[in-house]
Amino acid sequence: MQQMLDTNILSLSIWVPILAGILVLFTGDDRNAHIARPLALIGSLSSFLVTLPLYFRFDKNEGDFQFQEGYNWIPSFNIHYHLGVDGIAVPLILLTSFITVIVVLAGWEVIQKRVAQYMAAFLIMSGLMIGVFSALDAVLFYVFWEAMLIPMFLVIGVWGGPNRVYATIKFFLYTLLGSLLMLVAFIYLFHHTHSFELIDYYTLQIPLSVQIFIFIAFFMAFAVKIPMWPVHTWLPDAHVEAPTGGSVVLAAIMLKLGAYGFLRYAMPIAPDAAHYLSGFMITLSLIAIVYIAFVALVQQDMKKLIAYSSISHMGFVTLGLFIFNELGMEGGIVQMISHGFIAGAMFLCVGVLYDRMHSRQIADYGGVANTMPTFAAFAVLFAMANTGLPGTSGFVGEFLVILGAMQENFWFAFFAATTLIFGAAYTLWMVKRVFYGEVANAHVAALQDLNRREVLILGLLALMVLGFGLYPAPLTEMTHATVTHLLSHLAQPKLPGTI
Amino acid sequence: MTFMQKIYLLIPLLPLLAAIIIGLFGRVLPRFAAHLFTITGVGASFILSLLVLQDVMAGHEYNGAVYTWLTSGHTSFEVGFLIDSLSAMMMVVVTFVSLMVHIYTIGYMAEDPGYSRFFSYISLFTFSMLMLVMSNNFMQLFFGWEAVGLVSYLLIGFWYTRPTAIYANLKAFLVNRVGDFGFLLGIAMVLFFLGSLDYQAVFAVAPQFADASVEIIPGWHWSLMTVICLLLFVGAMGKSAQVPLHVWLPDSMEGPTPISALIHAATMVTAGIFMVARMSPLFEMSTTALSVVMVIGATTALFMGFLGIIQNDIKRVVAYSTLSQLGYMTVALGASAYSVAIFHLMTHAFFKALLFLGAGSVIMGMHHDQDIRNMGNLKKYMPITWITSLIGSLALIGTPFLSGFYSKDSIIEAVSFSHIPGSGYAYFAVLTGVFVTAYYSFRMYFKVFHGKEQWREVKSGHHDADGHHHGLGPHDEPHESSWVVTLPLIALAIPSLLIGYFTITPMLFGEFFHGAIVVNFVLHPAMHELAKDFEGATAMALHSFVSMPFLLAASGVALSWYFTLKRPEIPAMLQQRFNGIYRILENKYGFDAFNDKFFAGGARLIGGKLWQIGDVQIIDGFFVNGTANLIGRISLVIRQLQTGLIYHYAFAMIIGVFLLLTFFMKT
Repeated sequence: MQQMLDTNILSLSIWVPILAGILVLFTGDDRNAHIARPLALIGSLSSFLVTLPLYFRFDKNEGDFQFQEGYNWIPSFNIHYHLGVDGIAVPLILLTSFITVIVVLAGWEVIQKRVAQYMAAFLIMSGLMIGVFSALDAVLFYVFWEAMLIPMFLVIGVWGGPNRVYATIKFFLYTLLGSLLMLVAFIYLFHHTHSFELIDYYTLQIPLSVQIFIFIAFFMAFAVKIPMWPVHTWLPDAHVEAPTGGSVVLAAIMLKLGAYGFLRYAMPIAPDAAHYLSGFMITLSLIAIVYIAFVALVQQDMKKLIAYSSISHMGFVTLGLFIFNELGMEGGIVQMISHGFIAGAMFLCVGVLYDRMHSRQIADYGGVANTMPTFAAFAVLFAMANTGLPGTSGFVGEFLVILGAMQENFWFAFFAATTLIFGAAYTLWMVKRVFYGEVANAHVAALQDLNRREVLILGLLALMVLGFGLYPAPLTEMTHATVTHLLSHLAQPKLPGTI
Repeated sequence: MTFMQKIYLLIPLLPLLAAIIIGLFGRVLPRFAAHLFTITGVGASFILSLLVLQDVMAGHEYNGAVYTWLTSGHTSFEVGFLIDSLSAMMMVVVTFVSLMVHIYTIGYMAEDPGYSRFFSYISLFTFSMLMLVMSNNFMQLFFGWEAVGLVSYLLIGFWYTRPTAIYANLKAFLVNRVGDFGFLLGIAMVLFFLGSLDYQAVFAVAPQFADASVEIIPGWHWSLMTVICLLLFVGAMGKSAQVPLHVWLPDSMEGPTPISALIHAATMVTAGIFMVARMSPLFEMSTTALSVVMVIGATTALFMGFLGIIQNDIKRVVAYSTLSQLGYMTVALGASAYSVAIFHLMTHAFFKALLFLGAGSVIMGMHHDQDIRNMGNLKKYMPITWITSLIGSLALIGTPFLSGFYSKDSIIEAVSFSHIPGSGYAYFAVLTGVFVTAYYSFRMYFKVFHGKEQWREVKSGHHDADGHHHGLGPHDEPHESSWVVTLPLIALAIPSLLIGYFTITPMLFGEFFHGAIVVNFVLHPAMHELAKDFEGATAMALHSFVSMPFLLAASGVALSWYFTLKRPEIPAMLQQRFNGIYRILENKYGFDAFNDKFFAGGARLIGGKLWQIGDVQIIDGFFVNGTANLIGRISLVIRQLQTGLIYHYAFAMIIGVFLLLTFFMKT
């Protein structure tokens, strides 16, 4: 057992939730929902426990991949089942398994139809996403990457809102189109190395013009996922139609897959192109931060507002990555984790209201704090975290990225820092209209404050948000060696004749 | 950890602990627990702060980290304390005023359903403010800076059902964020150019960059220090409500009166002043920045004072007077008289907290009527409030021997010795401001405590939008407030009277701030000149009776007596005669209207256009759905080929085979 734990932590992290999901599926229809729910909870908890050793046994001084496992999978094409993680992947894996527990709890009473299938979709999705974070073989990565779309597609399509068909098709086509180009890039790389091993790609010399093509191919896949401006319009639609759990996973984890893709694939494989195109990437990031913040300001639908806010916050991640310094890159990574908690919590808060009132329109609310004081306290805390208030995790990433941006160019920092004003404006204006004021109508007057389950969920997230805000060092200690390693790799040209 | 280090840690943590306990369990604990816990916490902090001050004066300073917040690259971000005379003095002021406000709140908020929530907030505020003043680095300074902003937001909107309150708190937060925007950029520049966020490290390397320039707009070379100082000062303008970022402070009066005293008069709003004084080694390197500081301060001091003249809400009069006094402090900073600014900060904390709490006592006596036109002759009914408010007002206008006199007169003197650009205007502004201050302060004083009992003539109070009865009926009589209210008034009146006399010598001309505040006496000799003239506190007060400021203040009081009590018809006449000017003042120079239309409206307009045109029409409409439509149309055409009829396909095959054969036979 010990042996298995040591060598197969990653496999367990991937397959425990997937098998748990399949097991939950076996409980069948809703007559057995009372079995499906606790089973899903046990599954998600054990999957979280299985990932914990990744944190405790991780060697923080090592910048290379750890916990590696490798087996031949399809020998004729030299495809391996090769897993391994570094200091960037581990926090994201932990985030994934943590959020899955939250999502299972969040759907507890809310989901009454096809309970087993709902829970199973999230468990399987969790395993697949952990697979994306730990795959070191391009084909394995691609399989996880595409497979993960299916449960999300189902979650939105089956448990979603009235316009779910348009949203799912938009979501699916956007992301699928992007990933096809990534596949082309992988085939090109295979053609030159006769390998799908990521490590081999890292050392491959590629002329700049080809690097640019490869980078753009990856860009199409990853930029859509993040999403970066201007390929972001699928996200608000997907969020609006998705059930609460779907929105949480989408915001907390799926968006990070795109940024992770840049860190793991696009940038190290084509570092010269990444440098060459950094101005382009930074421009898109700054447009996302400023333009999207304006758009968020005028949203009438709470979920849309938070979706736009997510895009704006993800702009900080890409900005941090493409200024190529430690402050920026670590800031970007911290922002990914922090946004996972904050955006997840914000969507859960909307879910709490939606479950009671069946409306996401800001105009239908007003004075909620009068009838739901405990909920209002949580919501204001998460809203403040969303505005990047120091002491919450939302501050850490933005602060580091702004400091990092200043090292490159005053104006990068200038435009990035406008989020201080706009982020506060759109978030707190929403808080004002929803929570403050007199009780707006009879529906609001009849609202019941949080139940114990909801307090538990929001409480856990609040602890995370405050914990990482007051003491983010454990997180950056994990990423530190990896970031240094990555930056030194990125600083070396990979053009033919330069190595 | 040494004994003193433990004390440093306890000082902010005790109020925090109380705030957390009451915040989490306030609803299940009995009501008295709320004030018991928090007052114990902040009271202990006050006593420990006194201990620290004594220790610092004995020569024991401290600068060290508590823990490493995070490390990124070669930059280490730490949470730590810098305990020197400046921070120790601030700690004592903050905890003392906070303690008084805590006690006062027991009376003021006695009937409020949010009793324990209020105590939790003000204790949290005390923690945040202490973290701000005790910080030894920019990161923690920013943390405290934003945390006090958060609590201010929560407290302005404390009565969250009132539309005006929730408008005011959003406005306060956003305007402060505009300041913080500049502040954060300043901090980022400090880290980039000076290589650290630790005060001591930054101050140590800063002189090497005295002549460095920076090119923010290509082709324009600006002094690095000027840019950094101006950006940092933008933060101070937000927090300390300097023109044009002052707009939030008058509206913040929507919050309960105790927090107006604590946050929006005595402590938080002076954070900007404190910050600039703390950064004196940097500001000393840029005369340009100091000029800007001085001009902004002078404008605030004078023009916000004018607005105090026409206010009829008792809290707003005091609020505009706070704005004006913050302007005075800023002017002192511009004149490189940092110690004078901090000195005025301290005396102002006492007498302005006193005035606000006095106003709160009056408001309670008047049954929550805040209109000074409905008051009058309250001295008969509320003697303690009357005497203490008189002391506060006299201190504010700079009556010789009182605390405000020493600090305000020193500011005026310092400005007269300053020769940097803008000092002439500043001198005129602060001098005129003395008259204006005296006029509006005593206009309010006379209207409230003397003259006719106006409420007897007002019909029968008035009704709020929410239908609550406010104000006194014609046959009601106001009553003096209970001891929990009057005790803090008395406790604040004593330092308002005396603290200036006893502390001016060490604070301005002694060694008290040595090391904490740095002045380049060659370039900015104002303090040097001031010291030459100083012959002791008594002599200073005696000389002042024939000085310009005293005459101005006295004539201000005399005029307000004449206009308010003797010939009250004259102000009304003047108001009609100079209706244009009156309208400008009533509209507060149009700042609010402009901000609402231009910034708030503009942002919504841009947001709406970007969304509807950028996202919906161009990206979604043209590209996404356009692509889908295009594919649809192409498939419509191609679909025609797939007729499903065998002979069509067979015909196509034959044509194909024929073409292929031709092709191969030719080659």
